Amino acid sequence: MNIAHDPVAASTRRRRRVGVFLAVLGVALLLTIVVAAGYGAVAIPPERVVAILAGWLGFASASETGDTDSIVLLAIRLPRVCLGLLAGAALAVAGAALQGLFRNPLADPGLIGVSSGAAVAAAAAIVLGGSAVAFLPAGSLTYLIPVAAFAGGLIITFVVYRIASRDGRTEVATLLLAGIALNAISGAGIGLLIFLSDDQQLRDLNFWLLGSLGGVTWERLLPAAPLMLVPTILLAMLWRHLNAFLLGETEALHLGFDVERTKRWIVVLAALAAGSSVALTGIIGFVGLVVPHLIRLVIGPDHRSLLPASVLLGAILLLLADLLARTIVLPAELPIGILTSLIGGPFFLWLLVRRRGMGMW
Amino acid sequence: MSGAGWTDDGADSTGSDVARIVSIGGSVTEIVYALGAEDGLVAVDSTSLYPQSAQDLPDVGYMRQLAAEPILALGPTLLLAVDDAGPPTVLDQLREAGTPLVVVPDEPSPEGVAEKVRVVANALGMEGEGATMAERLTADFAALRDWVATTKTKPKVLFLLSVGNGAPLAAGRETSAAGIIELAGGANAIDGFEGYEPLSPEATVTAAPDVVLVTGRTFDLLGGQEAILSRPEIAATPAGQNGDIVVMDGLLLLGFGPRTPEAARELALALHPDLQE
Repeated sequence: MNIAHDPVAASTRRRRRVGVFLAVLGVALLLTIVVAAGYGAVAIPPERVVAILAGWLGFASASETGDTDSIVLLAIRLPRVCLGLLAGAALAVAGAALQGLFRNPLADPGLIGVSSGAAVAAAAAIVLGGSAVAFLPAGSLTYLIPVAAFAGGLIITFVVYRIASRDGRTEVATLLLAGIALNAISGAGIGLLIFLSDDQQLRDLNFWLLGSLGGVTWERLLPAAPLMLVPTILLAMLWRHLNAFLLGETEALHLGFDVERTKRWIVVLAALAAGSSVALTGIIGFVGLVVPHLIRLVIGPDHRSLLPASVLLGAILLLLADLLARTIVLPAELPIGILTSLIGGPFFLWLLVRRRGMGMW
Repeated sequence: MSGAGWTDDGADSTGSDVARIVSIGGSVTEIVYALGAEDGLVAVDSTSLYPQSAQDLPDVGYMRQLAAEPILALGPTLLLAVDDAGPPTVLDQLREAGTPLVVVPDEPSPEGVAEKVRVVANALGMEGEGATMAERLTADFAALRDWVATTKTKPKVLFLLSVGNGAPLAAGRETSAAGIIELAGGANAIDGFEGYEPLSPEATVTAAPDVVLVTGRTFDLLGGQEAILSRPEIAATPAGQNGDIVVMDGLLLLGFGPRTPEAARELALALHPDLQE
């Protein structure tokens, strides 16, 4: 008897395969973190890295902190690695959840307006913030752009959601189309701000739109970290709801899920996760779109494993992209958005061509 | 990672007496060279194009998009950064890591150039040389002013800057282009806005510039003499009808550094055929 026809054995094998895959991703993420923390423009020998980290965590004498190596590692590289980890995970899981909610392979946080809303608000902060900052407390300019970006992303998502809701029901197709329309309007807003900007602001704007993990400090990261971490965890816990959505909205309803509530939660959590990431990094394309597709390709569409795997792979990819961005053109740095789109774009095309006609989104 | 500033025992190199200067901003780099301190340079930014040998140094990227770690890896004993270098968070990181950072003011005027020279020289511990050079530049500017005053004409000059796509930008008030045009005894043709804005064809015709001023790069991007003159909005102006285009090196023209008296002299001669050298 062919073992493949035994459904129990097949399911056990599948579960084991998924378990192995998740374990491999987990180990790969740990390795990526070690490499990303240990490698950079300033060469810090591994034993120094260990000594500095031990000192930082209170396991060694304080003499290990305070020199250039430890400042680079603790004040510059480590917050950056943490940001890459959190933002990569948040963007990827938000993408996976939205694709599941919309049952649409093209969904990603950009589609419901988070990125463009954040971009238009950040652009306004860059171009008009100089005059506004005179009325704000000293030092607030550092926070003005991320706070504006975060608020802008949420506001546009809220508007998109309101437009798509009627009589307590949310139409997914309208949600997508409203997202596209508001993206176009945001594009016009950015165009207007580009027109209003002087050449310095134009440069700042361009670099923000290309994305970067550079310049992040603990003071900037810590307030945003829970806003990335909590929605990421909550989204990953919604796997049952998302699996029910795979069958269709009506079927999900019959299975006993509060469909409207779930939709609202997913949109809000995805907007929080992506909005807080974009606020600190600028626009980073393709992580939210491509990572879930990659995972589905390997272990299938079951959200129970798809969501945690997206978290892990999103973090790995963004950390690796940032490692490349900050080392390949030394002593300068590439904007990371260029790398993710440059790698993500062709990869996505390959995926499209490969899967065309197979009907297995 | 050759040439980086750490030593084998991991101690940082800021205590050593060998200067390791990173210079951010084309005119700042020019001043370092003019003071003869270029041996201490270990890196420059991508706007540091003059003199030629500055382009052989490691490039830390565009001055408004610096990264902290690669600069720290160079082990600088002095970071000279022009006023609008950034982003601010990266400068904060560098300060926090103990890099001696001197911000150089950048005012597009003769006084601004002298001040720039003094600030850079002081940072290099060359106060004497800086004072001498600043005095010489101030004297050059004074002589230039007297010389330009002998001309009767004050042609209207339209400065165009192409960034490669769309309409070229025209220089309005408060730009370094307006500053150098003023020094050369011309009048900036556009005074309706501050900074650089896309060229409005009808406003250009109304402004009626006598001369079109472009950088070499813009000249090439716009397709050269014929292409610029045959743009309808230019063809309808005195500059277009007389074929008056002046092409100058961008960094020389707009840099506001030690070569600015020379740049203003070159521009003045191009604007005023009646001037005697």
